[in-house]
Amino acid sequence: MNCHTPEAKDTAPAESGHGALPSREELLLASRAVADGLREVRLSVPSIHCGGCLRTIERALGNVEGVAEARANLTTKSVTVRWSENIAPPQAAEALFAIGHPPHLTDSEAGGSTDKTLGELIRALAVAGFASANIMAFSVSVWAGAGPELRNLFHLLSAAIALPVLLYSGRVFYRSAWAALRHGRTNMDVPISIGVSLAFAMSLYDMSNGGPHAYFDATVMLVFFLLIGRTLDHVMRAKARSAVGDLAKLTPRGATVAYENGTSEYVPVGGIEPGMTILVTAGERVPVDGRVLTGASELDRSLVTGESAPVAVAAGATVEAGTLNLTAPLRLEATATADNSFLAEMVRLMNAAEAGRSAYRRLADRAAGLYAPVVHSAALLSFLGWAFATGDFHRAATVAVAVLIITCPCALGLAVPIVQVIAARRLFEHGIMVKDGGGLERLAEADTVVFDKTGTLTTGRPELIDPDRTDPAALSLASALAIHSRHPQSLALVAAQAARGGTKTNVADIREMPGHGLEARYNGTVIRLGRADWALDDPETVSAPLHHPCSVLSNDGRLVAAFAFHERLRAGAGEAIAALKDRGLGVEILSGDHEAAVRDLAGSVGVERFEARIRPDGKLARLKALAEAGHKTFMVGDGLNDAPALAAAHVSMAPSSAVDVGRNAADFVFTRDSLEAVPFTLAIAKRTRRLIRENFALAVLYNAVALPFAIAGFVTPLAAALAMSGSSLIVVANALRLKGRAKYYRKALDRPSPQAAPPHASTQPAQ
Amino acid sequence: MSILIYLIPISFGLGAVGLGAFLWSMRSGQYQDLDGAAERVLFDDEDAPD
Repeated sequence: MNCHTPEAKDTAPAESGHGALPSREELLLASRAVADGLREVRLSVPSIHCGGCLRTIERALGNVEGVAEARANLTTKSVTVRWSENIAPPQAAEALFAIGHPPHLTDSEAGGSTDKTLGELIRALAVAGFASANIMAFSVSVWAGAGPELRNLFHLLSAAIALPVLLYSGRVFYRSAWAALRHGRTNMDVPISIGVSLAFAMSLYDMSNGGPHAYFDATVMLVFFLLIGRTLDHVMRAKARSAVGDLAKLTPRGATVAYENGTSEYVPVGGIEPGMTILVTAGERVPVDGRVLTGASELDRSLVTGESAPVAVAAGATVEAGTLNLTAPLRLEATATADNSFLAEMVRLMNAAEAGRSAYRRLADRAAGLYAPVVHSAALLSFLGWAFATGDFHRAATVAVAVLIITCPCALGLAVPIVQVIAARRLFEHGIMVKDGGGLERLAEADTVVFDKTGTLTTGRPELIDPDRTDPAALSLASALAIHSRHPQSLALVAAQAARGGTKTNVADIREMPGHGLEARYNGTVIRLGRADWALDDPETVSAPLHHPCSVLSNDGRLVAAFAFHERLRAGAGEAIAALKDRGLGVEILSGDHEAAVRDLAGSVGVERFEARIRPDGKLARLKALAEAGHKTFMVGDGLNDAPALAAAHVSMAPSSAVDVGRNAADFVFTRDSLEAVPFTLAIAKRTRRLIRENFALAVLYNAVALPFAIAGFVTPLAAALAMSGSSLIVVANALRLKGRAKYYRKALDRPSPQAAPPHASTQPAQ
Repeated sequence: MSILIYLIPISFGLGAVGLGAFLWSMRSGQYQDLDGAAERVLFDDEDAPD
């Protein structure tokens, strides 16, 4: 079997590329004990994409010492590795990396097997399905005209099947209805529970009196149909949750702590106390807030504060948790525990902000709020009407039950989830994950889009300005130096050189001077790449473009070339903003970066309203002000500083490269590079809302037609069964219309973007 | 119509067997990787599934 070209789709674009592999200590921390004295860890491997990968991975892991069992999963793109708990964790991560499938640890405990609610729903669904098929067999014989004895026998058998099923499968609805009633609210489950119980009780009474009509089939079928809707809704949310959990975790799980007696140990983040000495190597993220004891390096704070340019730090400087150490190892003194770090402060702001959002009531519940009183008073009125008109209470009760059954929100129960599930599926195919259906509903209401800058509108990585106009020899020389550094500008130089191709230059004795740049020997001279005031004897000779970060290449202190960088715009950013404006939405930028950079970018994508140097609580305040002015805000952001705003906004979206808390706070997460995911999701959300409304209209229409017949007393169990299935099928068919539309956006999204190519593409072994 | 005495339990039993089989297959994790299962059927040198 051939491994076809790896798709760029579900690979987190930024971090996973040069992120470190999980160490064996981290594997141990993330693992859990399972049966037979084994420990198990689940690794997310985004590059799994075909059956061949499963085999390659399982074979490779089978040969790793200590691995007791390895099972790859194509659906969830993950590998479960088990080993005996008496030995150290196997080197599974290294083995996977070696065969071109770099793994990372995941957040999600789930993986499907531990999802208790889903298991319960599916079992309830299976039992209800089994029972409704059996009862229907009896009911059809009754409808076909079975004699009185046989009819009573069949009714008895139906009741015997229906009772345990209604108790077992119906629990889901009774519980939720009871919870709503206890809090003085109603939801869709209240009319369902009342309708099912009354219909069952009435049928039981009729059966014991040898009556001709019983509604056992209708009650069980109702539970079955409604459980389908409920299960689909849950599957959609569980899938998105586990997919988001599988993205690379950006906050470290632990850090190396150095003790005074000279030993060092890997300690989980929760175990780090203020006063401890932590070692943070280049390429690691700072685990807790701290102060630099020794070492000089540069920190990438883009995910924390939104600043795009790296910041130099030396002894005495304070560092925030979550910042990425770029160039040299640092020795830090922890000044706060993980619970008191900058990250925790953001989580506190987020929780406060989230309180405002819980006021939103979902469409289905709002419909139920209108629907339940109407249905129940219709049933009550027909009971009273028939009782007064005929004096026959049994007849009146039968009619009332028929009214409840015929109006029972079968179609309504499916109307919302089925559309949302299909919408979520469509979004998923385009690399966009939906956390819950409520997010789609809220997105359709949005009228103002607020973007973060660094990491959202831009990739957060610098790019060389005008690579074609730089001197090829100078670029080649600079990239020979730059390849030894993780500094973002170095990476940009290497990328520019790789894009152009050309000759490779060899240099010797490369040293990185943290906070300054790189130095090496080349043909007997000293060349330097880095800050102008360090690399040049006379820094005034450089005239860099204004307010662009800049590096110079020097030879024995004389200028060879100057390289200016700008932030690379995320693919599709301009198109996305234009599309949003076309739809009449307001667009704003809120950024923690400095004014000049924000103004530049706002100009290039055509956004008039922006604020720079804004703190997390400032973003929060701006969103609150917008909400108070009556706007429904849609926040798109990725950083730690955006997380409170993501939680506060009416609806929010984050790229998969966002910090963990940001991804968890957002309603949507998009995994591909293009920002056109934003208008695409909006288009789907609007269309979803329209289809849901159509479905509601269909359900209301159906009720308007069926209700008079029920009230007039013409509805038999057969008619009820036909009407119920018929209306459900219509609603499902209408929801399926969501497929195959919005072709324009699909084309835009599927355009392959070069930077989204997975990092292992070249190392993929041919099979 | 006395045949019904046999037929009804048989039809009910067959349904129950189906339900039991479904619940068993779900519990033993056979629905955990549907895409993978579709591919694994093509491997001809693998050992038996667990």
